[in-house]
Amino acid sequence: MTLAFTAESEEKFKALLGRYPNRQAALIPTLVIADREFGYLSREVMEYVAERLDLPKTYVLNTATFYTLLHKQPVGRYHVQVCVNVSCYLNGADHIADHLKRKLGIGFGEITEDGLFSLEGVQCLASCGTAPAIQVNDDYHENMTPEKADQLIDSLRQAGGGQ
Amino acid sequence: MNDQTIETPGKHLLRCGPGEDILDLDRHLATGGFEAVKKALDMQPDAVREEVKKGNLRGRGGAGFPAGVKWGFIPADNPKPRYLLVNADEGEPGTFKDRYFLEHDPFPLLEGIIISAYAIGANTSYIYVRGEFVKQIRILEDCIAQLYKSGYLGEKVLGRDYKLDIYVHPGAGAYICGEESALMESIEGKPGRPRNRPPFPAVVGLFGCPTIINNVETMACVSLVFRHGAEKFVQMGLEKDGGPKIYCLSGHLKKPGLYEAPMGTNLKTLIYDYAGGTLDDRPIKGVIPGGSSTPVLTADEIDISMDFSSLAAAGTMLGSGATIVFTEGTCPVAVLKRISQFYAHESCGQCTPCRSGTGWLSRIVDSIESGNGRAGDCDLLLDAAGNISGNTICALGDAAAMPVTSFVTKFRDEFERHIAEGRCPYGN
Ligand SMILES: Cc1cc2nc3c(=O)[nH]c(=O)nc-3n(C[C@H](O)[C@H](O)[C@H](O)COP(=O)(O)O)c2cc1C
Repeated sequence: MTLAFTAESEEKFKALLGRYPNRQAALIPTLVIADREFGYLSREVMEYVAERLDLPKTYVLNTATFYTLLHKQPVGRYHVQVCVNVSCYLNGADHIADHLKRKLGIGFGEITEDGLFSLEGVQCLASCGTAPAIQVNDDYHENMTPEKADQLIDSLRQAGGGQ
Repeated sequence: MNDQTIETPGKHLLRCGPGEDILDLDRHLATGGFEAVKKALDMQPDAVREEVKKGNLRGRGGAGFPAGVKWGFIPADNPKPRYLLVNADEGEPGTFKDRYFLEHDPFPLLEGIIISAYAIGANTSYIYVRGEFVKQIRILEDCIAQLYKSGYLGEKVLGRDYKLDIYVHPGAGAYICGEESALMESIEGKPGRPRNRPPFPAVVGLFGCPTIINNVETMACVSLVFRHGAEKFVQMGLEKDGGPKIYCLSGHLKKPGLYEAPMGTNLKTLIYDYAGGTLDDRPIKGVIPGGSSTPVLTADEIDISMDFSSLAAAGTMLGSGATIVFTEGTCPVAVLKRISQFYAHESCGQCTPCRSGTGWLSRIVDSIESGNGRAGDCDLLLDAAGNISGNTICALGDAAAMPVTSFVTKFRDEFERHIAEGRCPYGN
């Protein structure tokens, strides 16, 4: 097995183990660390986590597949998540979604050819007072407009080295 | 990131205005911080619980269960460790209040946790925060670290003979994990499938131990009870439903956002005085008062006190205080479609009525909206919703059924019109 956490993730992982009376309880936080570190939870990554926590592989798989934020498929370097729930819908979320689909040339659940962006429709992000809202990786972008979406994508494209 | 309206007339819960925060312990202490904790830790744990009972604090997570009463369910003779779980999953659509504490003002929340943990005899507390809140988790962990450094947490809380550890536990994207027993399963590293009750968490909870689960805002209210005393806390709200409330106002409003107001503030006051009225002053068509699962009110039903009992009497719920307003010109079928899709997506799949029923509801609403509805679909929806309610392990089934029943009943002519015309009259 060639996978290994970086020193920083390793430190976070070790800290987790002291928080719970058993190792199972550290599973989801560890998967969160692994998802972040390796980009998504491939079979190998899940096996690595199983080994580190001394849990059966099937136990890890069973848990990982239940949670939408634990990615079982690769996502773009910038994972763009558009809230499509009620308050965002009432404030024009569908226009933002359509705009982003056109701009990126991909639909929900897809990833751009250069791997820079992926797009997903998601459920309530708890940004209803600042609707419509999207989340790109860790960051929320609220009170979205098509213009703001353009600016955001353009600046990410520049930062990510794309054209 | 935060340009939403946060109005703070009372300044009890929402003391930080837009763009403000208190993330530094010294600044918090300068506001009289931790006096409440000292007061509580000087009392016997039972007396702390009594004080919270006297404050008539009803849980802010959705069900409105009296906090002090819940704490009393832990069997006194159970020798196992006890846990306090703080629910920061904030998943009910329309809700965006707990985020305020995580992001702008974590110390009152942490004060409430220390007081509550002490009252129930817990030495460990986990705060379960939805996984999307990456920044909020960082902020919260930093504030917790400050408390350890200054002796407010750890082996001897404030130098007393009381040990308490607080940890943040991230969720990973599953609405169902806001349900208290699913939340415990999730912390135990499993899929979030709710447990059968009894046994109740206070008896057999996290890791098989007595456990109390409370919402973030409930915890912040506990700290208020000790900051001001139970009597004053009651006066901030209603006699049987004490304290201030954070209302989450969203939808077609001029100034959507978080507003603190006395528990029991009139819904019209919240909409017109606090949130500045509706966009373009359009007439209201419907208001979902307490999160997307709560039965919708029509325009002639909104002259109502926003508290747990009054809304229950009107056939709906205060829930998490998440009020979603939509105006004339909005297709109610389209609104219900978003809601039904959500619950179908979030069903954990454990109970057949919910697993099959939520998908069914969502597909029927979808077909009506897209012009493919059939005569009899309204009755079918009511029937299907009725077959889910009360027949599932947890309340997600009811959460999916209630909006369907209320929308179809209250906007029935519009549903029928979609079916008769074979299209959405709003052009969706
Ligand atoms: C499907 C479902 C989702 C829930 N989501 C949340 C949530 O996100 N946050 C929350 O505090 N309570 C949520 N609850 C309510 C909790 O089960 C529990 O009643 C609450 O956290 C107790 O806290 P309280 O007594 O302080 O209100 C949910 C309940 C159900 C049935």
